Amino acid sequence: MPKPKISTDWMCGCAGCHMSLLDIDERILKIAELADIRATPITDLKEPDESGVDVGVLEGGINNTANEEVAHRMRKRCKILVALGDCAVFGGVPAMRNFFTLEETLRRAYIETESTDSEGKIPSDPELARMTRVRAVHEVVPVDIFVPGCPPDPDVIYYVLSELAQGRKPELKGELLHWH
Amino acid sequence: MVAEKITIEPVTRIEGHAKVTIHMGDDGRVSRAFFHVNEFRGFEKFCEGRMVFEMPYITPRICGICPVSHHLAAAKAGDVVLGAPPPRPASLLRELMHMGQIVQSHGMHFFELAGPDLLLGFDADPAIRNVLGIVQANPDLAVKAVGLRKWGQTIIATLGGKRVHPNFAVPGGVNKALHPSERDLILQGLASSIETIQVGIAIIRGWAERNMEDIQKFAVFPTGYMGLITPENGLELYDGQIRLIDRNGDQLERFSAQNYLDVISEHVEDWSYLKFPYYKKMGWPQGVYRVGPLGRLNISDKVDTPLANEEFQRFKALNNGKPVENTLYYHYARMIECLFAAERVQVLLDDPDILSTDILNTRTEIKGEGVGVIEAPRGTLLHHYWTDEHGQIKKVNLIVSTGHNNWAMSQAVDSVAKTYVQGPKVTEGMLNRVEAAIRAYDPCLSCSTHAVGQMPMVVDVFDPQGNLVQTIHRGL
Repeated sequence: MPKPKISTDWMCGCAGCHMSLLDIDERILKIAELADIRATPITDLKEPDESGVDVGVLEGGINNTANEEVAHRMRKRCKILVALGDCAVFGGVPAMRNFFTLEETLRRAYIETESTDSEGKIPSDPELARMTRVRAVHEVVPVDIFVPGCPPDPDVIYYVLSELAQGRKPELKGELLHWH
Repeated sequence: MVAEKITIEPVTRIEGHAKVTIHMGDDGRVSRAFFHVNEFRGFEKFCEGRMVFEMPYITPRICGICPVSHHLAAAKAGDVVLGAPPPRPASLLRELMHMGQIVQSHGMHFFELAGPDLLLGFDADPAIRNVLGIVQANPDLAVKAVGLRKWGQTIIATLGGKRVHPNFAVPGGVNKALHPSERDLILQGLASSIETIQVGIAIIRGWAERNMEDIQKFAVFPTGYMGLITPENGLELYDGQIRLIDRNGDQLERFSAQNYLDVISEHVEDWSYLKFPYYKKMGWPQGVYRVGPLGRLNISDKVDTPLANEEFQRFKALNNGKPVENTLYYHYARMIECLFAAERVQVLLDDPDILSTDILNTRTEIKGEGVGVIEAPRGTLLHHYWTDEHGQIKKVNLIVSTGHNNWAMSQAVDSVAKTYVQGPKVTEGMLNRVEAAIRAYDPCLSCSTHAVGQMPMVVDVFDPQGNLVQTIHRGL
């Protein structure tokens, strides 16, 4: 039987959940033994295989049109979707942006900030994504497994990935469901 | 041959969301390439209304790779806002945590993000051109690299309770003293970490010797350079004055972070969510400069730890004491700094004040404004807060390390595209070199746009009418 394929991506988060994944240290070798690690932000494949992957992991919420595409593509191509970390599960710290209008947030950053010169303007280009409200992943696509934490503890991430890689559904409860 | 546009999206093995567009001319050569940073979160706005003492816990969520930088810069800005300079032991402990971060961030970048290009080759199969490919090719080295990162992260977790987003610094000091057993635990990993860093230095030096032609033609260009500095012009990562030099190495400015607005301005372009800082008195774009490992070594005359200083002297000789302009030498500079940080851990742990419990200044005389500065792994990081008389945030301005290098990364992308990408048959390896130009700067795009992203890679080829002719999915 071929090894299950895992693909990950990050959206509106801070990369800290992927760092916590790397914080499983030498156990990354065990994961690589159990599963085939495909497209991730730290490998060079650019997107999850069109033929599909078994497990898709998304870090971060969704705050622009590019992230919407990432979430839909991952959902379409994976069997089990994991929302990793508080931003993916709830929206997290970046969702504080929802208390303001997009316009005033962009104006502050690109026009009003004291170090921005007099030619400041809100970037606008066909190459750039359009900003939206910040949403948790499940507000955009259905999620199968929720792993909260900022970031989730490396032991929890290892447990989730190793269970999924062995075809079992991780049960997140008790000590595994703590977050700080 | 028709004019085409090539899009690289997302760029991988960097932190954050970005893409590159390469515009090809009718002659099959590159006419111009752009580096677009494609994310924005808005911390400068949504922190308004929070209390200043919350900032060391909110702002690290800008970046999970260097959360300690934001944690400490926010606490340092808070020190000034509250009028509560930390006692010496607290500053030593903060610096210790920062050195842990420099080791883990630089070590991870060298071995796990940039390493696959250096160890496996720019043209290696993208399916294996990653850290797991290194595990296959050189398992012993991979285990060492994991161990180095683990040691850096252990320092952070020992002080702050966890590896990513620790809870440690507060305005006025830190919330926990160091126990002797914790000091000893950190010291246990020191020797093997230094050994691994030296293996890294040998790798990059050997690679540079074998690839001198690339080093000399891969994004080499003059700029100014900036970073923190000790009073005697030694390498400094935690605190001090900021030094800015010109392309010849002559000093332009030496200033306190509190006055950064007199020196630095930021320019905005329509095609990127990342702003472009420059030296105000020279104007845009003449006043562009670089930060991070290459910038810091270029502004320094020495390094105050013995092993790193020995290596630093070799670095300085590369361009006869003048600033080193080669983008690929960022990797070498990064490992020299990593060595300095590891040696600095020893110096800090040997300091008699490191175990002191005098770790917090509880005075509160709210000044209403303060700037915090630190050398994040990727360069100079500035947090500027304005508060009311209770310490509630009214305004926030952030200039983040990767931002300072935005012009340089754009220039590097353009330069490498023009040097290496040529039609009609554009190969994946050519495009990976363009990504490597960005990777050399180890950008943290989450940080820089106070947003996060990633760069994967799809190449769309358009005809002059804008019709899609071909789509190449890299590595699939």
